[in-house]
Formats: sequence, structure tokens, C-alpha cells
Amino acid sequence: MSDVKNILLAGVGGQGILLASEVLSEVVLMAGLDVKKNEIHGMSQRGGSVVSHVRYGKKVFSSIIPEGDVDILFSFELLEACRYLPLMRKNGRVIANNWQISPPSVARGVQAYPEKLPEKICEMYPESLIVDGLELALAAGNPKTVNTVLLGALSNKLEFKKEMWLEALEKMIPARLLDVNLNAFESGCQVC
Amino acid sequence: MKKVLLSGNEAIARGTYEAGALVACAYPGTPSTEILENITQYKEIDASWAPNEKVALEVGIGACFGGARALVTMKHVGVNVAADPLFTLAYTGVRGGLVLVTADDPELHSSQNEQDNRNFAKFAKVPMLEPADSQEALEYTKLAFEISEKFDTPVMLRSTTRISHSKSAVVLGKRPSEIPQPKLERNPAKLVMLPGNARKRHLIVEQRTLDLEEWGCSQPFNTIEKGDGKIGVITSGVSYQYVKETLPDADVLKLGMVYPLPKQLIRDFAAKYDTLYVIEELDPFIEEQVRAMGIEVIGKDKLSICGELTPGRIKFQLFGEEAPAEDTSEELPPRPPNMCPGCPHRGVFYELKKAKAFVTGDIGCYTLGFMPPLSAMDTCICMGASVGMATGMTKVLSEEEQRKVVAVIGDSTFLHTGVNGLMDMVYNKSKATLIILDNRITAMTGRQENPTSGYQLNEMEAPRVDMEQLCRAVGVKHVTILDPYDLEMTGKVIRAEMARPEVSVIITTKPCMLVPRDNQNPRPPLFVDHDKCTGCRACLQIGCPAITFDVENKKAIVDKIICTGCKVCQQTCGFDAFQECGE
Repeated sequence: MSDVKNILLAGVGGQGILLASEVLSEVVLMAGLDVKKNEIHGMSQRGGSVVSHVRYGKKVFSSIIPEGDVDILFSFELLEACRYLPLMRKNGRVIANNWQISPPSVARGVQAYPEKLPEKICEMYPESLIVDGLELALAAGNPKTVNTVLLGALSNKLEFKKEMWLEALEKMIPARLLDVNLNAFESGCQVC
Repeated sequence: MKKVLLSGNEAIARGTYEAGALVACAYPGTPSTEILENITQYKEIDASWAPNEKVALEVGIGACFGGARALVTMKHVGVNVAADPLFTLAYTGVRGGLVLVTADDPELHSSQNEQDNRNFAKFAKVPMLEPADSQEALEYTKLAFEISEKFDTPVMLRSTTRISHSKSAVVLGKRPSEIPQPKLERNPAKLVMLPGNARKRHLIVEQRTLDLEEWGCSQPFNTIEKGDGKIGVITSGVSYQYVKETLPDADVLKLGMVYPLPKQLIRDFAAKYDTLYVIEELDPFIEEQVRAMGIEVIGKDKLSICGELTPGRIKFQLFGEEAPAEDTSEELPPRPPNMCPGCPHRGVFYELKKAKAFVTGDIGCYTLGFMPPLSAMDTCICMGASVGMATGMTKVLSEEEQRKVVAVIGDSTFLHTGVNGLMDMVYNKSKATLIILDNRITAMTGRQENPTSGYQLNEMEAPRVDMEQLCRAVGVKHVTILDPYDLEMTGKVIRAEMARPEVSVIITTKPCMLVPRDNQNPRPPLFVDHDKCTGCRACLQIGCPAITFDVENKKAIVDKIICTGCKVCQQTCGFDAFQECGE
């Protein structure tokens, strides 16, 4: 199954992870590859952890990424990235939003948010990329476009042509929000 | 051929459309909910939410007896509720095809148990199909309608969370251009299940199962995929995908119909291998039947009955190869779901905890009242159970303890099966208190309309059940309407009704914060005046996601972006530190 590429998207309910995985899957389908995407809804809508698996290649069977085979861990939040690090391949890559959202125990001051996560991630996976998603989204004109900024950063590391990403975005984002999202995507593409 | 990405649920909806069905009915439940939501795009199908799964199935049966094809969907535990009509529908058979989708939830991603509803197919004596991806979900839905009519039986289609919520590429077909107008047709010997008729029908049911078993041996949905011939695997549904991932060289008998099993096909397949596996999630459903045929297999002696399968778990459980898992260590703070900022349920649970109530809980967003720091739910079994359980408890407790028992249930769950418990409360003079959290929506499954919403599934306006009048009509004398954002009043009313040694009902009436039409006048968010905040942490006891505690400065902070201005936190503060922004 070595020709199958595995991307695990992680984050917190409400961050736009499911839309991002939709766009990614759409791009893969446009490229004529087989794709499967899998996620857990339900309770996660209430601010819980959200995780989505995207797998593509000539032929994909399991929609769950086999444990230890994650090529890219694409996380919208640092603690959530940390949770799924053990599922990575040895030479995998993390693309993570430089953002902390306190889970309930941290918000109540009962537990501490783990320190120095960007450093820890980059030490374990030297090819990793930490993206200042909110800063770039604000510069693009709308703080809610963090997910599109991050998709831009991801697109740099994948084999699909930029035009396909733009086409998928045009197809899946409402017209009134398209321009600001295209800006956001572009600024994500500049991250390296 | 153009391919589109569809989830299993979207594909089932599409398959129903392509099968020419005229009716679809359901009660929402994860992971089944999106099937009906997606069917609304096909205007040819009358799609509706029923108050519970039993009614949904009965509506489906009516449409089918009227002569149309009908789809009924539910989550696994919903079939428990619909079991009564199902078991006798198995006897009557159908006129138009009837397909019942059960969406099971191995691993309990969003459920209270992990029951394997393949057992229902065997128990009710109806055939069951199990797709392994979205293309099959579409094809098998159409096939299920065909089998239903060909064999005069309801057909179950079993999905699981990983089928319902996974997307894969699908080639679409077309809906038949002409669907005949259904007409009444009397056939009491078949449709009136009195003992004399039902005895005759039972014989037909048993023969039907034998016929299906034989027919299934030569059908393409039960298929053998050749590998290198060394080991054989019998599997079905999503497990098939994990088998292809972990045992790419095995010969595989993939079962599209998991009940009844194609016994001769299995015998012929099994005869070729010294090592034969049955790889299936949850119960040894296929395995036990294969073993009963005298065939030795490797199955649940190695694979776990609990939880879902994954490629890594199969490798570990069958071959001892260690597979990594996500980090669940204690140092990593967990991120469980939580009541939303501004949720009208929060204040009720805060006051229930203060009143030291013993809360019999129910199924919905408010089940999260169990989570710390609210920690104010003591039981949760199934839809509607809170009410009867409260009554039962008060029957055995001392007078002092009786007063502590409070049942808490949401509007949708109350109308689902809670209202029967309320009739019992009145009829049998229960001493318990019932709180109905009426937020006018079935919130937990993603905000579906229900008879208290004022809207139908297709967004058409509908009459609203008047909760207060309903309670009074069944005989409740003490009904109090409550604004749950007023903590002082909430606490006072809860204590007063707990103390009352007869049935009383409290109804909260604030809508879910996530329903835009019910929240058209946004309130300004709050902020914490740090000159006044003493760092006492009282506000943290409501568990609002908008409030965090700055450990360094020992002050509470409100996240203005997510604060809805409900002011519950303000009422917990003894120092007037919470102020409205913009004042």
C-alpha cells in the first residue's frame, strides 16, 4: 500500500477542519486519484477534539489511516497535534497552526497547557512547519480564514497543481467569502 | 463516468432516490442523521422527522402498505424502540419495498452502548445487507428495495459510523422516470396479524429465510476475491477494507448480505483452507453461524468483541504486531465535548448541584451536565428513561431522600418516550420532580426540528406542541415555567418543587443558542473587570468554555469572541467583576 498518502487533520470543533478536509479530498478527486475521507462528528460538535483522515492513491481500502502510517499531521491547534504524534511515520511531517485553545481542565486552572509544543514537534519531526495562521488570516482580511491559510501551507507540500486548489475553493466556498479566502490561501502558500 | 465524493449517509439518500422511493421517515440519531437531511434535496420524496423511531417505522409501513417504496432510518439503539412493529412487519411482509437503515456505532463515538444490530436481522428474521463503502451504500440501498419486493420482506441495511461518515467516490445513477400512483388494496390475511393469520405467515417467514439463503449463494454481492490461496478470510462491511489493508494476499469471501448467510457458498469456500479467519466488528455474528455449520475458524478467540476494528488493531490482535495509538497520557489535557457558551442548560445543572439533587438524566446535550465542574447527573440509560427511573427511585427511598430525586429531560427526548413516563408519574402518584429543558430543537444530533420547533424537516412551518398544556392535560397540577438564565429564581423554583411531596414539572423555555432564528437579538459579550476580580474562581464552577483562568495573574478572563452575553457567570460573581462590553 506504499503508494497511498495519509493526511491526518486534527483540531477543535468549530475550527473549520471538516471544510478543509472536504477541499483537500475534492482536489484529490480532480487529480483522478482514489480518495477516502473519514471523520468523527457527533459529540465533537461541542468543542471537543475533531479528527479527519484523508487517504489517497491509486486504490484506497481502509478510510482509517493505519496506525503509524500518517505522512502529514495537519493540525489546527498545538495540543491536538501533540495528541496524534504517535500515529506518525518516522519521517513524517507536521504542519501545525501556532495556536493554543485551552481545554476545560486548563481553562479551570486544574491542569497546565503543555509548554514548548512547537519546539518539541520540530525536534521530533525536523521537516515540520509551524504556521502563524491567525496572523496571516487577519492580514488576509478575516480571522475566520485560518483554515484556508493552513490549506495554502499544506498545498505547498503536496503534488497537486495550484489551479486545482483554486478551483476546489471556488466550488466549495460561498461567493461572498471567496475573495478573502483566496487571499488567505495565497498567504498560506507563501509560508515555507 | 463522472465520480462524486459522497458519505455513506449521502449515498444511502441517493440510493433511495434512485430506487424511486416516495417516503422517508426517521428520528435523528448519530451516525444516521444525515441520511434524512440529505434526502430533502430530492423533492420527489416525502421526508419527515417522526417523534420517535417506532412512529418513523410505522409511517414507513403505512407508505409501504399503501404501495410505495419507503425508507426508515435510525441509529442502532433506535431499532430497540422500533422493534415492536419490526418483528411483526417481518410476518406481514410488504407491498411497496421497505428498507430500514440501522446505523451502528462500534467504539461508541456518540452512543450509550455498542450493540451489534446484525443480531436484530436474525432475531426478527429479516434479510440484512452491509455495504463496505459509499458506492456500495448506494447500490445496496437500491438492491434492498428490490429484495424487499422480490421476497416480500422488510430489508435491513446496516451501516456503521465509519461507513456513514466516510466519503468515497461514487458513480451516480438515475431515478426511474415513471413511478405508478400507489392505490389502496385490501389483504387482511396478510396485513392483519391476529393469531390465525400470523400462524400461517410464520410458516412463510421461515421458508423465506431458506429461500434467501439459497438465493444469496449465487448473487454477486456475496463474492470471492482470489489472493495467493494460502489463507481464507470471511468478512463484510467496513471490516473488509481493513482485511484488504492488513492481509492483501488472502483469499476473501466478502459478504454483502450478512443475514441469512449463504451457507453452501461458505462451505465450499471454507473447504479450501487450513487457516480460515472470520474478521468482523463487535459480536461473533458470522463466526457463530459458521462454527454451527461445523467449520473451525479463527475469530473472536483473538479479535476483541469490544470497540471497532482498525488496521492496527487487526495486526495486533491477530498477529501480536504492536501498533501505536493516539496519546492518551495524563499529562496531555483531554478535550471532551462541553455545553456551548450561552447554553440555557448550564444554569439548571449549576443549581441542581447546589441543591444536592440526585439527577436521573436522559439523552441529549444536557447529558453533558455529567461533566465536571457541573457534575450534576447521576444516571443515564436511554431515551426517556429519566422519568420512569425517578418514579421508581422514589418508591424505595426514605421521605427525606425522595425529595432529592429530580428527572431532567430535553424537549425532543420528552416527546420521544418521556411523556409516557409522565403519565405514569401522575397515574401512580410519583413523588419525583421533572425538569423539561425545552430548547425547541433536537440539539445534540446537530439541531433537527421536532414537534416543539414550529418547523418540519423540509423547513415548512408546523404547529408547536404546547409543553405546559401537554403536562397539565395528563394531570400535572404544578407546572412552573422558568427562565434558566435567572440563577436565583432557578435555584428557588428547583428547591421548592423538590420539597413538594407530589408530582411537579418545571419547564425551561430558552432556545438553543445555535439556532439563528431563535437568537436574532445578540446580547453584548461580557468582560472581567480585573480591579474587581479577586481570583476566587466561583465563576469557573459553571464550566463555560468562554471563561478561562489566568493562573499567573489569578484573574478570570472572558473570550469575547465566543461569549454570548447570557450573564450566568455574572450571577456567580460576588464582586461584580463581570461587566457588559460597550457600556
